[in-house]
Amino acid sequence: MIEYALIFGFVAVSLALVMNLWRLLQGPSVVDRVLAVDTMVINTIALIILQGMYQGTTLYFEAALLLAMFGFISTVAFCRFLLRGNVIE
Amino acid sequence: MAIWLEALIALLIVVSGVFILVGSLGLLKLPTLMMRLHAPTKATTLGVGGALLASMGFFWAVEGTISVHELLVTAFLFLTAPVTAHFIAKAHLHLERKRDGGERERLPQTGTGSGWSTYDPAPQTGGEEGDSAPGEG
Repeated sequence: MIEYALIFGFVAVSLALVMNLWRLLQGPSVVDRVLAVDTMVINTIALIILQGMYQGTTLYFEAALLLAMFGFISTVAFCRFLLRGNVIE
Repeated sequence: MAIWLEALIALLIVVSGVFILVGSLGLLKLPTLMMRLHAPTKATTLGVGGALLASMGFFWAVEGTISVHELLVTAFLFLTAPVTAHFIAKAHLHLERKRDGGERERLPQTGTGSGWSTYDPAPQTGGEEGDSAPGEG
């Protein structure tokens, strides 16, 4: 049962990633693209977690944690760059 | 593995997949950016939280140990999602303000005397009436 649920989860998250990629390419403004990249990072975290369950290993949690931190930092840096023109004043 | 635990984990995975899909669908289909901001910051974060709960239950059932990594990731995501949304909304508002011409996203009225705090200065608190703003000082 978990196998089928995991396959459904893979399909759903992959479809979501494709939608985010569409928004990233299409996005009318720069802020749209930043939002799309942030959502893609979060979806990638979900994909990593599902893959860890699929393979039955707990090896991927550090990768997920690192990705969460880097996604947050990069989004904040992008927005600060858009607001101020530089990241560190 | 017990059948009810397996069913619970499968249900969590399916629900989280649906939430993530709905979040990205909203990001793709909603008309303006302030609406688009809603979908990933709430639905997608909830979906990832569900996937992490499922992973926690799965490894508790398989290995018999409760791992705390998922809780760390969940706490970090749930803490940073509002900050990210706030930053994105603020950058959007400032860029909209800077751009003239074209179609601008109209903000609704605040309903008070002063405007939105991103654009306008803080309301003038003169004399004794300033007690309603506790954040100053």
